[in-house]
Amino acid sequence: MVDMTAPDLDLKTGSIDDAIANLKEKFPDAVSDDTRAGYGGVIVDKGQLREVAQYLKQNLGFDYLSSATAVDYLGEGQHTTDDHLEMVYHAYRTSGGSALVFKAQTDRDDAVVPSLVPVWKGADFQESEVYDLFGIKFTDHPNLRRILLWDGFHGHPMRKDWKEPYYEEEAKPFGSRWPGGQVHRAEEKTIFGKNVQYPADIDLSRLTDISESKLYEGFGMGVDVQKVTHDGVETDQLIVNMGPHHPSTHGVFRMIMRLDGESVRDLEPIMGYLHRNHEKIGERNTWLHNIPFTDRLDYISSMGNNHGYVLAVEQLLAHNKRWKPPTYRAEVLRVLMVEMSRIINHLWAIGFWLNDIGAFFTPVLYFIEERERMMDFFEAVAGSRMMCNYMRFGGVFADLPERLRSTANLMNDRVRDYNTMQFLTEMINERIPRTIDDLEELLTENEIVKVRSIGVGILSKEDAINYSTAGPLLRGSGVAYDIRRADPYSIYPELDFDVAVRNEGDMYARYSVRVQEMRESIRILKQILPRLEYTANESATANNGSHGDKAPLGEAYGRVENGKGELGYYVVSAGNKRATSNPWRYHVRAPSFINLTPLGAMSEGMKVADVVGILGSIDIVLGETDR
Amino acid sequence: MELNLQELSTTQYPVPADMANNVAITSLSKLYNWGRRNSMWPMLFGLACCAIEMIATASSRFDFSRFGMEVMRATPRQSDLMIVSGTVTKKMIVPIVRLYNQMPEPKYVLAMGACASGGGPFKEGYNVVSGIDKYLPTDVYVPGCPPTPQALLFGMIALQKKIDGESLSLMDDVPWYGVGPSEPTPVPILGPDIIDPRQMDMIRRRAESGARQADTAVMDVSRELPAWRSPALATGAVAEGGSGTATASAEATGELTAIPGGKAPWEESEEIYEQRRINALRRKAIRASRRTQEG
Amino acid sequence: MNGQGLLKGMLLTLRHFVESYADDIKYGFKKFSPDVDNFETRQGTQTRGVFTVQYPDEKLAMPERFRFVPFLVVEDWDDELNPGKDWCTSCGICAKVCPPQCIWIVRGDDPVTGRPIPEPEAFFIDIDICMNCGFCAEYCPFDAIKMDHDYELASYDRTTNHVFDKEKLSKEQRYWKNLAPTRAAEEADVRGGWEHKNFKKSWNTTKEQAQSAQAEKDTKRDEVRARKAAAADEKPAASVSDGPIIVGQPGKAPWEESEEIREKRRLGALQRKAIRAAKRGDG
Repeated sequence: MVDMTAPDLDLKTGSIDDAIANLKEKFPDAVSDDTRAGYGGVIVDKGQLREVAQYLKQNLGFDYLSSATAVDYLGEGQHTTDDHLEMVYHAYRTSGGSALVFKAQTDRDDAVVPSLVPVWKGADFQESEVYDLFGIKFTDHPNLRRILLWDGFHGHPMRKDWKEPYYEEEAKPFGSRWPGGQVHRAEEKTIFGKNVQYPADIDLSRLTDISESKLYEGFGMGVDVQKVTHDGVETDQLIVNMGPHHPSTHGVFRMIMRLDGESVRDLEPIMGYLHRNHEKIGERNTWLHNIPFTDRLDYISSMGNNHGYVLAVEQLLAHNKRWKPPTYRAEVLRVLMVEMSRIINHLWAIGFWLNDIGAFFTPVLYFIEERERMMDFFEAVAGSRMMCNYMRFGGVFADLPERLRSTANLMNDRVRDYNTMQFLTEMINERIPRTIDDLEELLTENEIVKVRSIGVGILSKEDAINYSTAGPLLRGSGVAYDIRRADPYSIYPELDFDVAVRNEGDMYARYSVRVQEMRESIRILKQILPRLEYTANESATANNGSHGDKAPLGEAYGRVENGKGELGYYVVSAGNKRATSNPWRYHVRAPSFINLTPLGAMSEGMKVADVVGILGSIDIVLGETDR
Repeated sequence: MELNLQELSTTQYPVPADMANNVAITSLSKLYNWGRRNSMWPMLFGLACCAIEMIATASSRFDFSRFGMEVMRATPRQSDLMIVSGTVTKKMIVPIVRLYNQMPEPKYVLAMGACASGGGPFKEGYNVVSGIDKYLPTDVYVPGCPPTPQALLFGMIALQKKIDGESLSLMDDVPWYGVGPSEPTPVPILGPDIIDPRQMDMIRRRAESGARQADTAVMDVSRELPAWRSPALATGAVAEGGSGTATASAEATGELTAIPGGKAPWEESEEIYEQRRINALRRKAIRASRRTQEG
Repeated sequence: MNGQGLLKGMLLTLRHFVESYADDIKYGFKKFSPDVDNFETRQGTQTRGVFTVQYPDEKLAMPERFRFVPFLVVEDWDDELNPGKDWCTSCGICAKVCPPQCIWIVRGDDPVTGRPIPEPEAFFIDIDICMNCGFCAEYCPFDAIKMDHDYELASYDRTTNHVFDKEKLSKEQRYWKNLAPTRAAEEADVRGGWEHKNFKKSWNTTKEQAQSAQAEKDTKRDEVRARKAAAADEKPAASVSDGPIIVGQPGKAPWEESEEIREKRRLGALQRKAIRAAKRGDG
C-alpha cells in the first residue's frame, strides 16, 4: 500500500459503479452487466473468471471475498431461459463499502468453473461446499472434496432435481396438511422405515465405507510410516484423528493431524457431522418459515441470525409497494437483543476456549450465571431461551412486556415478577459489567493464560483477509473490519462505539478483542436504554409483515456482524412470474465455516495441545459450520 | 443423598416399629437400582443446539449433580448414560453407534429434544436420521426444541424411575442382568446413503427387483410387510440367517419353556432357575432377530 | 511480579466461594427451605452467590410468552352455551405457517349437508417435529391455538404418544387465562369480549362495532341463561341426539337472531356433535 500511485488509489476507493465500469473497460468481452430484474453486479465469462478476480483484487481493491456460492437455475423460466448453474461471488473492500457481485455461469451437465483459491484462499472451503452440494468442479482447486457429506454419497443434493427420501412437495405449505390432513409419519414413505434411498444401480457386492480412507488420502495412510530425523534422533510421523466425539471440539467437529513428535505438520478439518440440510430445507420453506430455522444455525446467538436473515429478505420486500420499514422502536429492540446475544456469545467463546486450554469449567460457570439471567430476559420477551425467533419482516415478534412475569402452572412452580426496564437497567449497568470485570480479573493478567496463548496460533493480517476470516479472528489480526461500521445497517450509524482491534494475531489478541467487544456492546446497550424510554409509546410491531408475504423477484445479500463474524444470507427470489412465497435459493455465509479455512495454516508447527486452543479461539458453532 | 432406610424397606416382612429406622429389609434389586440411579454418569457428548441446554443443565443453576450425575465423562468406557443431545445426522450416527457399543452395560440412552427423538424440524432433510431409536434402544424421550433444562431434568428423573423398576431376578427385564453381554449394535455403513447392516437383506432384495424392472425407481415399489410381522415369527420360530445376528448358541434357539410360577426366586430349584435363564436368552434372540428384520 | 495474575484469579475464586455461603448466613441456613419466600430475590438481579433452582422441589415458573408445544383452546367444559366447543375453526393457517409442517388438520363438515363447518374434525401435532417456534399461535386469527407451558412431557415411548391428537391438545380457555393473564386479556380486548368471535370478518371490523355486539350478546346470553334455568326440568335430555336436525335460520348476524333460533342452533350443534361422535365410535 506504500508505493501506490494516485490513480491506483482512486480505483481502489472509488464507488462500486466506477469499479464495474472500469472492469467492463478492461475486460470488454468477458464482463457484462447482470440485467435480470432485481439482480445486480456483473456476469463474468468463466473462461476469464480468474483474471477478472485477480484484477478486482489487485487493481480495484476488493481484497475480501465474502461469499462464494452457487445457484441452480433448473427450469426457472423467468430470469433465464436456459438451465444452468451459476456461481455467485460477493467481494468487498476491507476499507468498507458495499459488495461487488460477480457471477459465472456454467452448464449443468458439465459443470466446471476455474477455482478462485489462487486469488482468495478464502474460497477454499466454500468451493468445496459447492462441489459437494452442487457438483461443480473447480479447476486447480488444491483439495476439492466432499466437505459436508461423505465420499460415495449419491448425487449432489442442492441441485433442484435431487429429491430427498422424505420428499413431499416442491414447496411448503404441503397440501396434505389441510384440509384433509390425516397424520402420517414420513418414515412410512420408504420401505426401510428410515430416511434413506438407494440409487437403482447400487453395487451391493462392494459395500465398504470408502469415506474414511478418502479422508486420510494425502496423509500417507497405507504407505510405510515416514521416518523423520531430528538432531540425529529418528522418529516416525504419526497420524492422529481427533473427533468427531471429542470434548474439546465444540460439538461434532473432527480434525486429522500428521504429527512429528508433538508438533503438527498437517491438519485437515473435517466437518459435516451436523450437516442438517439447512439450505435445502430453506428452499422448501416460505420466507417466513426460515426465521425459526435460522435460530438453529448459530444456536448461541440466535438473535443475530434472525437479524441477518430479516435484513436480507427486507431488501427484497422493500420493492413491494405496500412495504413499510421497521419502526424506530423495532430497530432499537433488534439492536438491544443482538448486542445482548453478542455478549452471551463472547462469554461462551471465552469460557470454552478456557476449557480447551485447561481452565476446565470454573470460568464457564461464572459466565453462565449471567447468561442465565439474560436467557430469562429472552424467555420472557421472545418466548424461548435459545431459539428466540424474535425478528419479523418489518419489525419484531412483540414489544417488551411491561413486567417479566411468570405464572404458576405446574406443581411447585415458583413465580418471579420483575419490572422489565429495571431488570434491563440493572443487568446492563451492574451485572454484566461486573461479570466482565471479574472475567478480566481472572484471566487477563493470568500467567498461565498468557503463556498458553501469546504467540500461539498466529494469523497475519494479510492471511486473515486472504482467508476471508471474519469477526474477532479478523480483528485480532489487525484488520479493523466490523460490518456495523464498514457497511452499516439498522441504527448502528447513530450509536457510539469503537471497533475492537489487536495487531498481534494470536490467541491472546482474539481474547482481548472479545473482551473489548463486550465492553463496546455494553456501551451500545447503555445508549439503547434511553432510546427504549424515548420510544416507549411507539409500536414495535406496527409494520410487521403478514405470514403470506411474497417477495418480489431478485436477489439480495444481507449481512450482519454476528458474534462469530460476518453472517451473510444470500437469497434469491425466482421461479415465478411476479413474486414468490418461497426462496429459490437460500444460502448462509457462515462465519464459523469460513473461519475454519486457515485452521490448518495456523496450526502448522504448533503442539497438539495448542491446536485445541486455536480451535477454541476461532470460536465455532457446529450448527453454523455444517448447517 | 442420604440412604432412607424406610424407603428401602419392602413391606413384605414385618419389622417391629421400634426397629424400623435401624433395619432395612430390601431386595438386592432395590439396593442395586438405588446405587445405579444415583450415580448415573452421562457421557460428555454434545451434538447440536440441545447440547447447550444440556451444559446449562449441568451448570450452576440447574445442577444435575444433585442427582448424582455430575461426573460427565468424555469417554464412553466410563459412562452409563448417553444423552443424545441434538440432531443425529447420517454421518454422525456411525460414531454414535460405535460409542454406544463401547459403553459398558448397564447403559441407557436418553433422546433429548425433538431431533434426537424423531428427527425434529430437520426430519425432512436428506442427511438427518429420523430418531436415534432407529439405531439404538432408547430409554427416555424428552420432547422440546430445545427442551428447557427443567424438561431435561424431568426426563432424567423419569429415567431414574425406570431404573427403579428394573429387576435382577427377571432376567429378561433388561438385557444385561444375568444373561451375559449383549450383542453390539451393528455399525451403519456410509455407502451411497446410510446403510443399516440389519437391513442389508432388504436392500439387496430391493436392488434385485429394481434391476429386473430397470426403469422402476427403487423407492417407487409398493410397500411390503416387514418379515417379522408374519405369523411364523410370532410363535417364536426364528428366521434363519438374519444377516445382523451372530450365530446363536444352541440354547438360545428353540421354543420357550413354560415355567411354573408362584414361588419366590430364592425358593426355586436349580433347574427352574436354569430354565429361566435359557428362556431369557431365547427371548433375547427372538427380539434381536425381530430388530434385524424390522430395522 | 510473576504469579500476581494467578493470585488475583484465585482470590476471585475464593470470593465466589465465600459468596456462595454468604447468602446462607443471611437466611439463617434456611435459604432453600420452603418456608422462606426468597425465590424471586434469589433468581433476580440483586443477588450474588448460588442461585440453584432445586428442581423438582421448586420449579422456575415460565413467563407468559414461553412457548413449548402448542395446545388448542376450547370453551370451558362448564360453559353453559358451548361446553367444550373448539375455538379452532379449521381455517388451516397454523398448518400453513408451521415451518416444519407438523400440524395436520381434518376440516370438519356437516354430517347432513356435507358442507365444511368451522370446526376441526381432527387435529394432530407431531411433537417430535414441532420446533416450538410459536408461529401457529402468533398467526392464528381466532386465538385458538396457544403455546403450552407444560414442559414435563418426557416419556418412555414415542411411537404411541408423541403425535398429539385433538383430545390431548384441547385445553380449556381458563387454562390459557391462567397461563398468560396479560396476553389473554389483551386478546380479549381485541376480540371485544372473552368469548370466541366466530363471526364473519366484516362484523367486527371495528372495535366499537364489536363492543356493541358484545354488549348485545351479553344481554341475550343472560336472557338465555335465565330461560334455561327455568326450563331446565322440562327439557328431556334425549331430544338432543334424536329426531331431525334442527336448522337455525341463516342470513342474520348472531345478535340479530331471536332467542329461539339461537337455541335451535345450539341444539343443532349438539346433535351434529352426537352424530359425529357416533360415527367415530362405529369406525
